[in-house]
Amino acid sequence: MAPLDELKIGGMGASRRRVEDNRFIRGKGRYVDDIVLPGMLHVEILRSPVAHARIKSIDTSAAWEVPGVRLVMTGETMAARNLAWMPTLSYDTQAVLATDKVRFQGQEVAAVVADNPYIARDALDKIVVEYEQLPVIVNPIQAQSPDAPLIRDDKENQTSNKIFDWEIGDKEATDRAFAQADVVSKIDLHYPRSHPSPLETCGSIADYDRSSGKLTVYMTSQAPHIVRAAVAMVAELPEHMIRIISPDLGGGFGNKVPIYPGYVISILASILTERPVKWVEDKSSNLISTGFGRDVYLEGELALRKDGKILGMRMHTISDHGAFFADAQPTKFKIGLMHSTFACYDIPTGHLVSEGYYTNKAPGGVAYRCSFRVTEAMFFQERMMHAAANDLGMDQAEFRRVNLVRDDMFPYRTAFGFLTDSGQYEKCLDVGLEAIGYSTFKQEQEEARKRGKLLGIGISTMTEPLGAGNSREYDIIGIKMFDSAELRVHMTGKAILRTGAKTQGQGHETTWAQIVAHELGIPADDIVVEEGDTDTAPFGMGTYASRSTPVAGAAVAMASRKIRAKARKIAAHLLEVSEEDIEWELGRFYVRGNQERGVTIQDCALAAYSNVPDGLEPGLENTSYYDPPNLTWPFAAYFCKVEVDAQTGVWDVLNFVAVDDCGVRINPMIVEGQVMGGLTEAYAMANMQYMTFDEEGNCIGANYMDYLIPTSWETPGFELHEVVTPCPHHPIGAKGVGECATVAGPAAFVNAVMSAIEHTGVRNVDMPLMPNRVYQALQTGQDVSGMPPVLSD
Amino acid sequence: MYPSRFSYDAPTSVEEVIAILDQNGGEAKVLAGGQSLIPMLKLRFASPARVVDINGIPGLEYHRVDPDGTLRIGALCRHEDLEFSKILGNFPTLSQASSLVADPIVRTRGTFVGSLCHADPQGDWSATMIALGGKIIAQGPNGRREIKARDFVLGPFVNALAFNEVAVEAIVPPAKGKALGGYLKLERRVGDFATASVAVALDVDGDIVTRAGCALAGVGGRTIDANDAISVLVGKSLNSESIKEAAEAVAAAAEPRTDHRGSSSYKRHIVETFVTRILSNIANSEQKAA
Repeated sequence: MAPLDELKIGGMGASRRRVEDNRFIRGKGRYVDDIVLPGMLHVEILRSPVAHARIKSIDTSAAWEVPGVRLVMTGETMAARNLAWMPTLSYDTQAVLATDKVRFQGQEVAAVVADNPYIARDALDKIVVEYEQLPVIVNPIQAQSPDAPLIRDDKENQTSNKIFDWEIGDKEATDRAFAQADVVSKIDLHYPRSHPSPLETCGSIADYDRSSGKLTVYMTSQAPHIVRAAVAMVAELPEHMIRIISPDLGGGFGNKVPIYPGYVISILASILTERPVKWVEDKSSNLISTGFGRDVYLEGELALRKDGKILGMRMHTISDHGAFFADAQPTKFKIGLMHSTFACYDIPTGHLVSEGYYTNKAPGGVAYRCSFRVTEAMFFQERMMHAAANDLGMDQAEFRRVNLVRDDMFPYRTAFGFLTDSGQYEKCLDVGLEAIGYSTFKQEQEEARKRGKLLGIGISTMTEPLGAGNSREYDIIGIKMFDSAELRVHMTGKAILRTGAKTQGQGHETTWAQIVAHELGIPADDIVVEEGDTDTAPFGMGTYASRSTPVAGAAVAMASRKIRAKARKIAAHLLEVSEEDIEWELGRFYVRGNQERGVTIQDCALAAYSNVPDGLEPGLENTSYYDPPNLTWPFAAYFCKVEVDAQTGVWDVLNFVAVDDCGVRINPMIVEGQVMGGLTEAYAMANMQYMTFDEEGNCIGANYMDYLIPTSWETPGFELHEVVTPCPHHPIGAKGVGECATVAGPAAFVNAVMSAIEHTGVRNVDMPLMPNRVYQALQTGQDVSGMPPVLSD
Repeated sequence: MYPSRFSYDAPTSVEEVIAILDQNGGEAKVLAGGQSLIPMLKLRFASPARVVDINGIPGLEYHRVDPDGTLRIGALCRHEDLEFSKILGNFPTLSQASSLVADPIVRTRGTFVGSLCHADPQGDWSATMIALGGKIIAQGPNGRREIKARDFVLGPFVNALAFNEVAVEAIVPPAKGKALGGYLKLERRVGDFATASVAVALDVDGDIVTRAGCALAGVGGRTIDANDAISVLVGKSLNSESIKEAAEAVAAAAEPRTDHRGSSSYKRHIVETFVTRILSNIANSEQKAA
């Protein structure tokens, strides 16, 4: 009997079409805003027009008069239920509706619940708020000033705007390394604030049933189980009476990890009105008030030997967290995994110091398509590498080659304590150099310059820690970071799989079924995947930080293997031999020495419900909780070639080569889509996608006219290559990949533009590399630093 | 989107539109492509009591060239009708601008005349029309009148129409001699507002410029009429000297402001660079043709 063809049943390595697209492209997706419950009311939120002000009074009387208004809520309404403040995912508090002050433009001040959103929106205009304006702080430099107003005067023992000091590494050893250095190379950067801006904004429908005491909330959440735990703690409802359902999500990118005031408002509104209450924010509200990414000043230096060897590194970060410390990140690490910086290089020692500050800007600091600040860490790393190679007078590729961790050095302990476990870094470098035509580039660049054309090439190589936990080191507000899968195989051999992750575009419905197909030989089309309902899905920490495949994906494999172990017992029973005499091939058990005599996994499924041996429980289902032994460490090597227009500062990407090693690829098409999507966002960061504020704290970027997201018309094409080094500890050898391109990509673009213009003496242009900034650098030979100023002459 | 309450009319004749506008004393807004009005309603920047949808009026989708060479563009002609038009060979400035207006999605729905009426200082069509010496036909209770494009835009988002008038047609006069021109725009992303745009339109007899038109978008509180500035070219041929003189004159006419798209001096430099590039391109292609 011919063995099953794994690719034909949609197993590992099959570029299976995404099953979820079938409904998305037909407009049949079911998002929060598509859900309509009987008797549902609508809430709209009034937001502060100013960045920092004391609230003197709020007059809601006229809003109550608008026909169709059911409830008007202010901080007072919330405070009466002890809900004026809520905890954040970083052990801080955040105002739900402001009671004392507003601390950023766009902060939630009042809410109107009405029969429809038009009425609610009209009634918002009738609320009169009297503000007494206070001095505004829009960056951490201002926040440090001794004269700075205290933003968080609500907190006891908070006497300044500093949130934290944090450090890691060996200061003395690092000092010694710098004392021995032939060359010390420094760089000073700013990673501008951006916003993940998923196409679908945040929203919820809270439905409190007083008769049963049950609260059901449909919610745009990447981590519904964390929300359930948090609601149990905040709203003082018993956990079994809370059901969080995260239906189809229109993107997340980290923006849908935190818990937002709107969710809490809709919940209290439903409790008070005893009606379902829907809150769906508009695009401007999403941009102005929900979790941003980045906004970090990064400076540091490398101690270098003349031959290019890096002896040590120092790094100092100052991060702007906005008015509330609402980052979503592991408890132990105040600035996320910033200390993963330089993890792909063999550097004996290092020291990292981080400070965090409150400012009058929206809270967040979410991991925007990255694993907790890894994007900032790797951007600093690769801009630093670029500058150091230049300072040494060394070739960019050669300098990296000298310092990359070699294949024979794994497992490798980094200076900051991470354990990288696998990779072929130099091979990836070589594949990319060959593809981009690196060997002839210098000559090409020289010749082009003679014709008045400015060409540049940029390299960015990195490994990043993806897939938090393990649970020893990683938790969010005390909840350990493992994940889960529950697989039920039905009588006819079809199956349903549920996990504690939550897809939001990653394609879990497609790839999880492929893992089951690989492990059990059940065709992927016979497996339905369901996520996001806390009443039915096993407990999990959700999807972000590229953790789904490393953690939940591993749980899928482990649950499948438990099923296979039970099916083996059933097979032995059916074949009337002992279990030891049973062999497995994909989808089938057979008697050792007689391959013709066998039963399929489907035969075993039927028997599990109709013909089990004595002493075995009926049924064929299992749940697996997976706590990974380590993070996964994918590697990325990116190469970008640009041409800069010297007269305008406009730069065009001529070629972009991406080499990704994410271990074993479950669905190559989806991996390629992830890389292309991530590179598009990297291009966006480098070029245009930033959010800035004027001196009064007005957000410049609260709509798509000011906040630019690239479209297919300007986004360059990308040439993708792969190298495969399986993850040594993951059951199927896979590593995370969803975020590699966003993390490593920006430095490739920036290094390329710098390579084209640094003959003028300029060392750095901070992102975004808008044409006017590049032109300014070319004209002056000076660095262009910080956010583009919001000026008007 | 949750705009303020408004009432909606969908008349089927221009006369009905005018009657509704007249009865509502300035409280009504005309809806054509909706690519500016709808976002303004959504953000509640505009809260008209009535929206008068003209999309049901037959016979306004046209653009055509009359036997004398005059180009006529009806009130419901979409941007993409011009982008894919086969009859704009004698209107190179307009033809080049047509693929740079907003983004392809907006171009399928937005209208040429509606864009002129919107009077956005960064609008591509106002600059194009001023450079070409075009006109707008306004129709009101007392019949039709012609308004020169350069007089049509009074300020940011303010046009010269009376409250009870509707713009029914735009007209571009035929070139005297050969029509040459170009349009360049610097934008951070397709669909972004222009950091700077330059429209140049020339009538050329032999190699001598007989009429020169130019207007700028994005570099002032309104569309900048640079026709006088570029008139230094009239009576001359295009060469490096005359191009430089014209580019400097046009750049001097710009009124850019520093903002997050760039400093005023950068924007002025872009204007000068673009005028130079457009005129050099014309000179080069004419040389090749000759």
